[in-house]
Amino acid sequence: MGDDGRGRCGGGEVAHVGCQEAVRQLYVYLDGELTEERRVQIAVHLDECGPCADAAGFEAELRAVVSSRCKDRVPDSLIARVAAAIAAEAELSDPGRAMDAP
Amino acid sequence: MADRAAFAELAMEHMPALYTAALRMTRNAADAEDLVQETYLKAYRGFGSFSEGTNLKAWLYRILTNTYINAYRAAKRRPEVSDVEDVEDLYLYHRIAPEDGSTRSAEEEVLAGFTDDEVKAAIEALPDAFRIAVLLADVEGFSYKEIAEITDVPIGTVMSRIHRGRRALEKTLAGFAQERGLVGAGPVAAP
Repeated sequence: MGDDGRGRCGGGEVAHVGCQEAVRQLYVYLDGELTEERRVQIAVHLDECGPCADAAGFEAELRAVVSSRCKDRVPDSLIARVAAAIAAEAELSDPGRAMDAP
Repeated sequence: MADRAAFAELAMEHMPALYTAALRMTRNAADAEDLVQETYLKAYRGFGSFSEGTNLKAWLYRILTNTYINAYRAAKRRPEVSDVEDVEDLYLYHRIAPEDGSTRSAEEEVLAGFTDDEVKAAIEALPDAFRIAVLLADVEGFSYKEIAEITDVPIGTVMSRIHRGRRALEKTLAGFAQERGLVGAGPVAAP
């Protein structure tokens, strides 16, 4: 992150992972899909490096925005239509039993 | 072996999520409703082969995804763009200029500005394979492994599709923010 114009990376000797590597691994880190060893390395870097931590925070918030802005309400008519289709299918395949279905 | 009688009780609660995914896949309400209905009928018919205790939601998504790919996409008969352009990491973030000396408030303004319609349009602009991978990961929260199972592709391909799809999504979203004058056309230069 030191070369991105947002500020200097402050990573000291504790961080074995550079900014470039941290950014490259950021999606997998945020997805919780890194190995524990790798996750710790990235976490240490983010603790040490303000610009990378800021970028990581932004990416995480963007993910939350995408998820929350992408919901649609199911039309009641579709719920009724699917329930009716399943009931009709049940009636076809097992007439006696379908009679008892709610 | 799962009991068909229990199907409605177990499966109906997943309809809002499946309908949302179907809308993003088909990009229109009428096709999405047909796709959801077909998915539920196939699931009902095949419920005997569903092993109880495994992930019902993932199983339903697998049926939804396969049905979409086999039926709806084929029916469109138009060549599907099969790739996204390469977009650099942190595309949107790097285009947000600090506002009154505060990068943080500029970032929040950009994020808060995105409307539902913009986010949906940005996802729907992605080619099929990338759209489905991003939807399953970021809207539905499935793991890489689950997405690999749902879409029948190797986990490395799943990761590549999610990551490249997200970067392309960021570029589209950056375009919306740029229309509002909140981000620049290029990366922000050093302050």
